[in-house]
Amino acid sequence: MESSDIVARYSSMPGGIIEAYHDLVDREGFLSQEAIIAAARCFGVSVAEAYGVATFYSMFSVKPKGKHIVRVCRSAPCHTAGSATMVDALQEQLGIKIGETTPDQRFTLELTECVGQCQATPVFTIDGEPYPGLAPNAVGAVLESYLQDGTGKEGR
Amino acid sequence: MAKETRIILKNLGKIDPMKIEDAVAQGGYQGLLRARGMAAADLIQEVKDSGLRGRGGAGFNCGQKWAFAAAAPRNEKYVVCNADEGEPSTYKDRIIMENDPHRLIEGMAICAHAIGSRQGYIYLRGEYSFLSGVLTHAIDQAREAGYLADFDITVRRGAGAYICGEETALIESLEGKRGEPRYKPPYPPTQGLWQLPTIVNNVETLANLPSIVDRGAAWFASLGAPSYPGTKIFTLTGDINNPGFYEVPTNTSIQDIVYGFGGGIPGDLALQAVQIGGTSGAFVPPEMLDTPLDFDSMQYAGLTLGSGAVFVLDETRDILEVVTRIEAFFEHESCGKCTPCREGTPRLVGLLEKIAQGQGSRFDLDLAQKLGRNMTITSLCGLGMAAPVPMLTAMQHFPAVFTDQVSIKTSEEGSPW
Amino acid sequence: MVNLTIDGQSVSVPEGTTILEAARAVGVRIPTLCFHPDQSIKANCRICMCKVGESRVLQAACASPVYEGMTVDTRSPGVIEARKLNLQLLLANHPQDCLNCIRNGACQLQDLAAEFYVRDNPFEIKSRHMEKDFSTPSLFRDPDKCILCRRCIEVCSVVQTVNAYGMQGRGISSIVVPTMGEKQIESTCIMCGQCIHVCPVGAINEVEEIDKFMEAVADPDKIVVTQIAPSVRLAVAEEIGRRTGELSMESFVSALRHVGFDYVLSTNYTADLTIVEEGSELLKRIKENDRLPVITSCSPGWINFCETFFPDMLEHLSSCKSPQQMFGALVKTYWAEKMGADPSRIYSVSIMPCVAKKYEAARPEMNASGYRDVDLVLTTREVGRLFRLNRLDFSKLAPSQLDSWMGNFTGAAVIFGTSGGVTEAALRTAYELATGELLEDVEFQAVRGRENIREAEIDMKGTKVNVAVGHSTRAARELMEQVRSGQSKYHFIEIMACPGGCIGGGGQPLTRSDQQRAERIQAIYLEDQAQQLRKSHENPQIKTLYDDYLGAPLSEKSHQLLHTHYHPANNRYAVPGWNPQATN
Repeated sequence: MESSDIVARYSSMPGGIIEAYHDLVDREGFLSQEAIIAAARCFGVSVAEAYGVATFYSMFSVKPKGKHIVRVCRSAPCHTAGSATMVDALQEQLGIKIGETTPDQRFTLELTECVGQCQATPVFTIDGEPYPGLAPNAVGAVLESYLQDGTGKEGR
Repeated sequence: MAKETRIILKNLGKIDPMKIEDAVAQGGYQGLLRARGMAAADLIQEVKDSGLRGRGGAGFNCGQKWAFAAAAPRNEKYVVCNADEGEPSTYKDRIIMENDPHRLIEGMAICAHAIGSRQGYIYLRGEYSFLSGVLTHAIDQAREAGYLADFDITVRRGAGAYICGEETALIESLEGKRGEPRYKPPYPPTQGLWQLPTIVNNVETLANLPSIVDRGAAWFASLGAPSYPGTKIFTLTGDINNPGFYEVPTNTSIQDIVYGFGGGIPGDLALQAVQIGGTSGAFVPPEMLDTPLDFDSMQYAGLTLGSGAVFVLDETRDILEVVTRIEAFFEHESCGKCTPCREGTPRLVGLLEKIAQGQGSRFDLDLAQKLGRNMTITSLCGLGMAAPVPMLTAMQHFPAVFTDQVSIKTSEEGSPW
Repeated sequence: MVNLTIDGQSVSVPEGTTILEAARAVGVRIPTLCFHPDQSIKANCRICMCKVGESRVLQAACASPVYEGMTVDTRSPGVIEARKLNLQLLLANHPQDCLNCIRNGACQLQDLAAEFYVRDNPFEIKSRHMEKDFSTPSLFRDPDKCILCRRCIEVCSVVQTVNAYGMQGRGISSIVVPTMGEKQIESTCIMCGQCIHVCPVGAINEVEEIDKFMEAVADPDKIVVTQIAPSVRLAVAEEIGRRTGELSMESFVSALRHVGFDYVLSTNYTADLTIVEEGSELLKRIKENDRLPVITSCSPGWINFCETFFPDMLEHLSSCKSPQQMFGALVKTYWAEKMGADPSRIYSVSIMPCVAKKYEAARPEMNASGYRDVDLVLTTREVGRLFRLNRLDFSKLAPSQLDSWMGNFTGAAVIFGTSGGVTEAALRTAYELATGELLEDVEFQAVRGRENIREAEIDMKGTKVNVAVGHSTRAARELMEQVRSGQSKYHFIEIMACPGGCIGGGGQPLTRSDQQRAERIQAIYLEDQAQQLRKSHENPQIKTLYDDYLGAPLSEKSHQLLHTHYHPANNRYAVPGWNPQATN
């Protein structure tokens, strides 16, 4: 399926470019130049404006990412609950630093601000799926569950 | 053990959110049916009289806001539910949507009847995308059952921008643009989405409407604090024995929240500070724990109720470090449109880091304060105005945390002038 | 009417007036930065803050409508301090090298720093450390200097519908970029330079080429010849602190000799020539119903726009070169012959109100003379700098006339500088050519005016000719959409890329408002009225050119030297048939 096909799903939705971008990111992991141009065409905005939207929101990226995005919350409640330790654990398990992608392109590790799961801190998410209140030594098992293709609680 | 007053959350644990019949069995959509039998003007008066004020942070009288939209001479109007809930330590709206989505839909439909709207949107933060299914399913069921009448609701997702919790930035995002706030006036009730009359209400605000309409304004006005009636869902995080969410009357004190519901601090440590209202809220010292949490009491005390988040720090915490992390949050979330916020938030972080490392002088401290104050009075929107508040209140109530770090430098440096 | 108090003074203004406007009525000029009189309110700089009533939170004067009983404080120490701190925030994220900046002395940020008596900055000076973009021959960007006022985005997307600029990133990482953050030359930029005029600081400027001029002057082997464009000669007065038009041609010519030009000629001459060639082309194509409408081709910004956004419509463009390029081709052939000069020694400089002309002169096909036809293009602003460099005292310069063979011009050439001028000039000639009758009233009021698109039906003794005049590429887009859909009713369309026409060109003295354009247009029409000859074909030097050299309009020699072709730009951001709506 082409970017333009994905984008076309929302062509009758006024202001639907962000929904289109979500679907594109779900499918391709990021917003390519072709995707942005297709979106601009579909929604009748300039490429410059479509690019401005693509680069504004934290959940979108114009650079390629790994298959699974791991995000560690660093907002105040998670911060005091030990997000730094969680970051260390994930960096060690994945063998990469924050902002990097594993050589096999499977995982990208990032920081995020609050995702609204403060009932059990610290929190990290994988592909948007929250994992609140885990101990650092539990992350290994969670990551394992994503190693089989189309895995985790929701396949991708 | 303190007891909650569950009105908004009255159905929690009693219904399956995927089954409209459960919600109906608990009285769901009774308020809406009663509302539809009222003239719009009477309905608006009822909501005004209830004293319901916005639960997202601004605290504006809900009925009054609706009145502006109702009076706007346009045929097309919008009801927008602000489900962007980006305020760190806040997740109350998620609880409402996860457990009783029909209550939210009912509230939106009541608003639609009041202002004459046929189209509603739930702007759901991207991080809650997993709720999209629950909400869409509930809307479909409500539509099929005939409850929506000529009103329809579409779920639209945000994409990771705290600023989209600000109503005009939210509207810009709905229009498919960067989430950058508009200057006001004009205000959304007269010129909002696509420049048409739009009501943007928080999830919790809307979730109050069914009970208000069903049981009457006088009943609601009698709950909690007179100037800010009803209940509020607080989310309790940080160094606390019982973290979680609690729905309580608005005249509950911080003391009750922390020690009554929260069960106090783990390890019997002393309380150092409480931050109320979310990450843009004020840091409160133990002496102020008796302050009732209603909007006006808090404002009078120089505090903000905000989203109702309560974040507790024990005596071991480094307040300067926490404040620095919070200001870094605002640097990350600033939309970048206006000078004081775009340029100011990284400057605050830089100054605080410098001070935290023992490299800051009295001058740096004064500059951070001066800059923070300037942001609160010249920023384009609420984010820039609120961003410095954690730092400013921490400086006000915990001055030693800051001055201890600069006393070394002061003796070495003369006046910068 | 609304009654309010500003700094204790009572003032009464219509409803809807902003604090900024109301204050001006009582002589209070609140400082602004992002505000632009011809654009939408931005309210992002937060410089124009005022205290309203007892509210602690200040209001932006540009965006705040007044209300009955409002009390405004625009100047108490607290208010000034609040503005100053925001100014210092901007200054602290800005290169501190005013001394090296083209805008030194012409920068709104610098002006504010002076007005606020900024003596130091409490904030550590930082920089974005972004590269300057010199990818186009016409203009360059210095993103480090950007203050994010967003005026450039608005002029490019709303006024011009080119959409070359947009935002990238969020918060402190936000920055204005071409399209998707690539180089300017890869974007849809048509090099009209309107962004230069609206940029309050030195973030966007013309590519300055004074060094090349100085080198040529210093070279004893070079014969440095200049042509002066119709729009330049009136507006250049603004560069020396006078009102537009208040510099005589004789003084201007004298000044140009003083700064180093060996010969001073006029583009007005080839403007007359363009009319004769294009007028003949127009009549021929009307007669043969060939690719109508004929569309003018003297505005390179417009040509870029057409090649980018309407590459399928290029056949409609007149094959005539612009007056600049016609001049370039002739100065190294015809003029060299007449003067007995060696064309390889001629260094041909044009003085233009335009930055796109720098690109036009460098187009590979512009070498009909056997050499690069126009070696260098200097903007009006660069000439102003040359005058200041030489510290000329205009009150004492001895008047001087234009040189021979390519210096004469008529009023028809003068009006090229304003939108509608080319059309009017063309009609003056076409009318007489077509009807064989004398045209008594040379002024075609129907094609004059400020509207972006104007139209007229001219009756040439029974033959009705429909003409349209458009200025700004927004108007161009509208007119071209009609042509593309086959719904254009015109025989002839004049398009100027810049609002107002060339008098508002990207190379003109910094143009801060449409009011300035209006004043220049007025001066142009007065200049036209002052000419003895007002029809291009009456220019005796043009007659000589045809008699002695070209033969006749559209002759083979004319085609070889004075006509050109165009090519699609193949820009991937601009696909034919796709029209991005310009959003505000």
